[in-house]
Amino acid sequence: MSKLLREVIIGVEKAAKGIYRMTVASAHISSNAVPGQFVNIKCCDGTQALLRRPVSICSVDRAEGKFDLYFQVKGTGTEMLARKKSGEFLDIIGPLGNGFDLDIAHRRIAVVGGGIGIFPLLFLLNESKAVVKRSYLGFRSSEQILLLEEFRQRSTSLETATEDGSFGTKGFVTDLLERDILSEEFDMIYACGPYPMLRKVSEIAEKHGIRCQVSMEQRMGCGFGACLTCACKTYADDGTSHYVRVCSDGPVFNSKEVVFE
Amino acid sequence: MRETDLSVDICGVKLKNPVIAASGTFGFGREHACYVDLNKIGGISVKGLTLRPREGNKPPRVAETPAGMLNSVGLQNPGVRHFIENEIPFLRQYSTAIIANIAGNTIEEYCEMAEILSDADIDAIELNVSCPNVKAGCVAFGNTTEGISEITSQVRKYCRKPLIVKLTPNVTSISDIAAAAEAAGADAISLINTLLGMAIDIETRRPILANNTGGLSGPAVKPVAVRMVYEVSRTVKIPVIGMGGIFTGSDAVEFLIAGASAVMVGTANLVYPDACIKVCEGIEQYMKRHGFSRVADITGSLILNT
Ligand SMILES: Cc1cc2nc3c(=O)[nH]c(=O)nc-3n(C[C@H](O)[C@H](O)[C@H](O)COP(=O)(O)OP(=O)(O)OC[C@H]3O[C@@H](n4cnc5c(N)ncnc54)[C@H](O)[C@@H]3O)c2cc1C
Ligand SMILES: Cc1cc2nc3c(=O)[nH]c(=O)nc-3n(C[C@H](O)[C@H](O)[C@H](O)COP(=O)(O)O)c2cc1C
Ligand code: FES
Repeated sequence: MSKLLREVIIGVEKAAKGIYRMTVASAHISSNAVPGQFVNIKCCDGTQALLRRPVSICSVDRAEGKFDLYFQVKGTGTEMLARKKSGEFLDIIGPLGNGFDLDIAHRRIAVVGGGIGIFPLLFLLNESKAVVKRSYLGFRSSEQILLLEEFRQRSTSLETATEDGSFGTKGFVTDLLERDILSEEFDMIYACGPYPMLRKVSEIAEKHGIRCQVSMEQRMGCGFGACLTCACKTYADDGTSHYVRVCSDGPVFNSKEVVFE
Repeated sequence: MRETDLSVDICGVKLKNPVIAASGTFGFGREHACYVDLNKIGGISVKGLTLRPREGNKPPRVAETPAGMLNSVGLQNPGVRHFIENEIPFLRQYSTAIIANIAGNTIEEYCEMAEILSDADIDAIELNVSCPNVKAGCVAFGNTTEGISEITSQVRKYCRKPLIVKLTPNVTSISDIAAAAEAAGADAISLINTLLGMAIDIETRRPILANNTGGLSGPAVKPVAVRMVYEVSRTVKIPVIGMGGIFTGSDAVEFLIAGASAVMVGTANLVYPDACIKVCEGIEQYMKRHGFSRVADITGSLILNT
């Protein structure tokens, strides 16, 4: 269950161009979080960056009672976060949202991540009991690449694509998935990344009849289900479509449920 | 030392303290119940209800702005009947007042909802008059004195609960609007609803909200809200419930001094789920510090500069 927490920051360090890693001491998050969940952070006291910022949980250390976040500096909130120092308190709510379905029946899995969407997938690979885990990561260019070694250690195979061809295959990560989709016989595809990537992954999964879960992103007011600002359109069982909340009904959805508009 | 009594009576509705959760920022209380004891909150104005379920607007529905936020949720809600069947029983487990906030496209819809809710186990009805009147060229009911008179007097005929009329600040003279609502039978006034605003992403040159415009709330609107509460409370005799950017006990006390008998906390609930309780504690500390034994003694205690 999610809680209002005031936790101590263990460290903040630069991980790649414009991307930071933050390690936070939290027995509650490390022992309760599941892959795909996030924390909602008040980046500073007062009225600057008034709303909380959602950031995915990237890994947990249950023995030591701590967890890692990775965030890209985009605006005021993440800028303030990057300036935090070890020993300072972090005002968070979490763990929030529903995680990925890690049913052991999924023996052969594909993990597809794009940009800042790769972070929850590392946690997923850590926890997944699948026999074959193929990771496909996409980045805009080589400067944004990080955590490759961590992904490699936790996957059967790892391939990367960059849009400008500065590292790995030139093009989109979804091209790599499409290339392998027939030969690999995946039981499940997990995806997190930009909207167009998620739509494409969903199409590929649908076409080949493979189960697929996507982690959606949306601007959030509260992050815990109260304000209805984080809408995502999904299909109900009767075929009608309705808005549900990304924060508390998601952020992970079965790709078949999501109405990609 | 005298006891500090936080209770207030708003047009016959007894609240254990003057802090009410504002409509649309507290759902039906379920989510906040994970973080706070709802028994400690004076009242809850539930998510704006419509006669039939409503889907709401396309996302993005929220944009952060300096010291505030814009929202364009578009009244997504499961409808008044679902509320009565599924949400009232949940809320009634707690000792907190239930205020049903209602919105409609036509006066008939408002009246029908008021009639249905008058037989339900709620404490008061709050009329959200910021909605466009479909029959009158989509000008919001609350934007003109004629509009507010008509909707208030019509709903009054069907409403057998205390009737709170919630004013929109997007008007020229808020006190004229408030006076019209009082004359047409309102039992109390609450204000302010959100201020219409817009935020633009300069890279794409598109508004951030899919709906283009949305309602501004949060600390940014507080001075406007305090001024409006001041003006309205000097104009009407019925109780005034003040809101707009209240995050702390001090913010709330400002509204009470300006003339409010109770306050509502909105946006703060999204950032700090325990905001209502913190605001209440802050009011209590202020009362102790200044020797106020009753909240009503603070109401309208403003000393104007001459
Ligand atoms: C469930 C979820 C998990 C996320 N996980 C991560 C992560 O692990 N690492 C990471 O770097 N980023 C993550 N993001 C994106 C991150 O929340 C935004 O980059 C961040 O909120 C930007 O804040 P800012 O103040 O720096 O930017 P600003 O542009 O100044 O923010 C202004 C407002 O827009 C919102 N906003 C802006 N961009 C986004 C966005 N892409 N998604 C949602 N809200 C946005 C902000 O929250 C804020 O309310 C996640 C988003 C969601 C919804
Ligand atoms: C996300 C959100 C949804 C809202 N929904 C409603 C609503 O359904 N009905 C209503 O009368 N007011 C609604 N409001 C307005 C608030 O109740 C309140 O009047 C306004 O936000 C000002 O108070 P604040 O600055 O404390 O938030 C909403 C506000 C927000 C932020
Ligand atoms: S962000 Fe408030 S309901 Fe999802």
